[in-house]
Amino acid sequence: MPENKNLNNKSKMIGKQSLLFNSPPYIIGASSITGKKEGEGPLGHLFDAVIEDPLIGKETWEEAESEFMKQAAEKAIQKAGLTNKDIRYLLAGDLLGQLIATSFGIAELNIPFFGLFGACSTIGEAMSIGSILIDGGFADKVLAITSSHFAGAEKQFRYPLDYGNQRPYSASWTVTGSGAVVLSKNNSNDGGAIRVKGITTGKIVDFGIKDPMNMGAAMAPAACDTIKSHMEDFGLEAQHYDKIITGDLGYVGSDILIDLLKEHNIDISSNHMDCGKEIFDQESQDTHAGGSGCACSAVTFTGYVLKQLQEGTWKRVLFLPTGSLHSKVSYNEGNTMPGIAHAVIVEAE
Amino acid sequence: MGNDKNVDVSKVVREKDTKTRNENYNQYVNQITPKNSLPKNMIGAFLVGGIICTIGQFFTNYYMSMGADKEAAKSYNTITLVFLSILLTGIGIYQKIAKFGGAGTLVPITGFANSVAAPAVEYKKEGHVFGIGVNIFTIAGPVILYGIFSSWVLGLIYYILKQLDVM
Repeated sequence: MPENKNLNNKSKMIGKQSLLFNSPPYIIGASSITGKKEGEGPLGHLFDAVIEDPLIGKETWEEAESEFMKQAAEKAIQKAGLTNKDIRYLLAGDLLGQLIATSFGIAELNIPFFGLFGACSTIGEAMSIGSILIDGGFADKVLAITSSHFAGAEKQFRYPLDYGNQRPYSASWTVTGSGAVVLSKNNSNDGGAIRVKGITTGKIVDFGIKDPMNMGAAMAPAACDTIKSHMEDFGLEAQHYDKIITGDLGYVGSDILIDLLKEHNIDISSNHMDCGKEIFDQESQDTHAGGSGCACSAVTFTGYVLKQLQEGTWKRVLFLPTGSLHSKVSYNEGNTMPGIAHAVIVEAE
Repeated sequence: MGNDKNVDVSKVVREKDTKTRNENYNQYVNQITPKNSLPKNMIGAFLVGGIICTIGQFFTNYYMSMGADKEAAKSYNTITLVFLSILLTGIGIYQKIAKFGGAGTLVPITGFANSVAAPAVEYKKEGHVFGIGVNIFTIAGPVILYGIFSSWVLGLIYYILKQLDVM
C-alpha cells in the first residue's frame, strides 16, 4: 500500500471553525450564465452568456432554472479544458424545494453528485466542501455549482409573478442565472494561479428577524459572526484582504454588517463589497435592496471577482456568500429567519 | 446611520440575553431600513383608485344610457372591470399600475380579479386540478372565506335583532 504522505502533515484545522489547506486547490475554470436583467446590469458584459428568454426555451420556470444550471456546468467544464468524465464530484444546490432545479439540471451530466442546501450561500458551501475533498485527497477535480431564477423564487417564496403589489425598499431581487467553479488539485491554466487557501464555515445565526422582505437584515449577523470568527481563527486584521465580499446582503444588510463589525473593532468599511449591490444598478433597474439568490454571489464571483484576481487588481479576497434558511412554511408558522455565511479565502499567485 | 435614535447597535452586540438582543436588533433594523413614503403612496392610491372608480362610473352610465336599469348596469360594469383587469394582468400591465397605485389597485374589484388571474396564469403548468384548481384562490381565498363568514355573522345578528323586534 502506498504511503499517505498527508498523515504526517500538520493538521489543517485553524482556530474554532476554520481550515487552512496544505495543498490549496486551484480554480481552473468558471462560468456565469445569466438572464436578461442581469445582462443589462453593471456586470452584464462580464458574464459568459446572457440569455434573453427567461424560459430559456423550456415550459416552466423550474425547467428553465435547470437549463441555466446545465449550461453553466457545461461551460465551466469546457473552459477548464475538461470533459464530464474528468470531474470526480459535483457539489450543487438551489433554492427550490428538494433541489429540483439541480437534480433535473445536472442529471444528464453523469457525474457523481452531492446535493447541498445553503440557500443563497450554496456556492460558498460547495466551494468549501469541494476544497476539503481535493485537499483531503478524495478528489482531483470537483465542480461546484448553484442556480436561482427570479420567477421560480417569486412563485415559491412570494406571490405569482403577475400579482400586482408594491415591494418594500428592503426587498431584494432574485438573480436569474447559474454560476459554476471547477476546483482542481493541479493547475492547468497557463496564466497565474488562483487558489482556495482556506475556509471558515459559518454557524446558523438568528437575531430574530421575521420579515422575508428584509433578508439582508436577517443574514447580516451571520456574516458578522463568520467574519469575526475568521479574523480570530487566523489572527488577521480586516485589511489583510483586498476585498471582503459578501453574497447578497444588499444595501440594508451591508450597512448593518459594517455597523455590527465596528462594535467588534473590525472595520471593513473601506474594503467591503456585496455581490447584491454590484450586480444591478439600483436606480435604473428598480431592484430596491439589491440582488439575491444563489446565483447572485455565484455569477458575481465567477464573472467579476475571478477576473479581478486574474488581472491582478486584487491579490487576496475573502468570499462570503450569505444565506437565509427560511421557507414559506416556517414564515407562515411565525418562525424567524436563520442566517448563515460561509467564507472562502481566494488568492491569486 | 440610525445611531442618533433610541437603539444603538452596541445594545445589540453587547446584550447577553438573546430575547432582549433580538428585540434590540429588530428595533435597530427598523430604524435603518428605508421606508416607503406614506404621503407618496397615499397620493398614488388616491389617484389610481379614483381613476378606476371613475372608469367604473363611466361604464355604469354608459350601460344605463343603453337602456339597462341601475342594478343591471352595475353588474355589467363589474363584469367589464373584471375583464379589463384580467386582460391587463395577462399582458403584464396591471402589475405596473399596482406598483404605482398600491392599495388604489388592490381595493377595487380589479384587484380581486388580478389576485385570481395571477395564480391561474402561474399554476397552469401544474395542471388544471392540482395547479389552477388548488392554487387559484391562494391570494383571494382569505378574502372569500372571511367575507362569507362575516356576512354570515352579520346575518345572524340581523336575524336576532329582528326576532327581538329591535329592527
